[in-house]
Amino acid sequence: MIEIQHLTKRFGALTAVDDVSFDVARGEVLGFLGPNGAGKSTTMKMVTGFLDPTSGTAKVCGHDVVSDPIGAQRKIGYLPEGAPLYGDMTPRGLLKFVAEARGIPASQRAAAIDRAVSRVHIEEVLNRRIDTLSKGYKRRVGLAQAIVHDPEVLILDEPTDGLDPNQKHDVRELIREMSRDKVIVLSTHILEEVAAVCSRAIIIARGKLRFDGTPADLQAMDPAHGAVSLTIGQAPGTTEALGESLSAIDGVARVEPLDAANGVASFRLYPAEGANVFGPLSALAHERGWEVDHLAVEDGRLDEVFRTVTAGDARS
Amino acid sequence: MSRTITVFKRELAGYFATPVAYVFIVVFLLFTGITTFNVGNFYERGQADLMSFFFFHPWLYLFLIPAISMRLWSEERSSGTIELLMTLPISTTQAVFGKFLAAWCFAGIALALTFPVWVTVNVLGEPDNGVIVASYLGSFLMAGAYLAIGSLISSLTRNQVIAFVLSALGCAVLVAAGSDWVLNLVRSVFPEWVAQTVASFSVQAHFDQITKGIIDLRDLVYFGTLLVACLAANAVTLNASKAD
Repeated sequence: MIEIQHLTKRFGALTAVDDVSFDVARGEVLGFLGPNGAGKSTTMKMVTGFLDPTSGTAKVCGHDVVSDPIGAQRKIGYLPEGAPLYGDMTPRGLLKFVAEARGIPASQRAAAIDRAVSRVHIEEVLNRRIDTLSKGYKRRVGLAQAIVHDPEVLILDEPTDGLDPNQKHDVRELIREMSRDKVIVLSTHILEEVAAVCSRAIIIARGKLRFDGTPADLQAMDPAHGAVSLTIGQAPGTTEALGESLSAIDGVARVEPLDAANGVASFRLYPAEGANVFGPLSALAHERGWEVDHLAVEDGRLDEVFRTVTAGDARS
Repeated sequence: MSRTITVFKRELAGYFATPVAYVFIVVFLLFTGITTFNVGNFYERGQADLMSFFFFHPWLYLFLIPAISMRLWSEERSSGTIELLMTLPISTTQAVFGKFLAAWCFAGIALALTFPVWVTVNVLGEPDNGVIVASYLGSFLMAGAYLAIGSLISSLTRNQVIAFVLSALGCAVLVAAGSDWVLNLVRSVFPEWVAQTVASFSVQAHFDQITKGIIDLRDLVYFGTLLVACLAANAVTLNASKAD
């Protein structure tokens, strides 16, 4: 439903988005990741028809955003970065305006507004000036205006930025709920959010596409993915001695001592290709009678991968 | 067309959502009153007409109209709502036109509220009401031309103060183009036809014609062209620089 090909945007000498191509299909929730200034917002602005690309094309439901911006915009619900809203209006007034501008027939407008309002839970502030609302409410009003016409494509630029943990949870629930029959593209720099709601992740840095795959693929890129971490309380013997006996386990390629303090020793064991070290390790621990505080296979840390993938990006 | 009306309604309601509209109307009536009665010597002239009322409009509008137009686009830019507006399925032309019409309608409301002077002059004597209607029309057209200039300038900056000052300056140039000292200055350097051309760009000359009760097609074309040209330029500049 979204087709982006060789999309490029230059501002003078700066190339904000550099030859980015990807497609998004119905039912996908695409997490758009990248350091600040990487080109996430610029890409979203081009897809929504706010900015014209320098070169390349973007199509939304078959409508080219340059030659038929109105056609594309009809299909899109958009929450711009920072959720800008008309502060002198009430949420009700704003939603009426957006519903009308979106071409919802007068007879269906009230129902459409009610549905959007109940989805984001802003009933109690409907008649207050938007200027006087808290950041969380403003963000939810922004979300309400993006979904009032039940769009096929939802583009959300940092939808949970500045929300408290409960509100973040609500927004993620909302996104999950809506993802079945829509295309949702959201940008974020909260990595857990990607694992929590996205079916696919894209990382861009310095305007270039660096990664495109599932959040699980992304986690698997961490060298620590599949490694076993072990913490022993009341360590018997020195860290070196323990490390040697761990290295002796079949299938262990490398042992990395983590921190050792107050008689507690931690290690990370990297298995050789395809080897299973969890079983032999727990057997060894049992045999030696170690007091094991923690023993687990690591999933890989998204922030580690994120740093590796976007490394060399000096722009902040 | 319906999208233009949507934008128009929101914008016009926006004027009245804050006390700004009421403050503006009071100031507008105050200044038109002072210029008519104190500066224009409405009573002392002993004539049953509104010459002393309309005479000052080109100059009054220099600072009153930019006060309406300065927020049109500057505010959208500074608050970021321009991104909300321009990603709705509304064309730039519809947005520019809708906003302009709202500002023009608001100026029209302020102008219409000066009706007590019309009532007064009808009570005191027997004025030529045709001339007065023509003058109101001329004043409204002039307000539209000023607003179009103001809207164009407002689209170029996110700072409302800059928009106000530059719009006032732009309108002042258009008014002053018809004044004697500017024309004499032009005559001293250029041949007469250049001076005539400069004079024909002046708002003053066209407005004066209409306030005499003569609605000439040329004057209507002048205001119409100025208005459409500025709004077209407004749409072009907006498309080019909306995201800056």
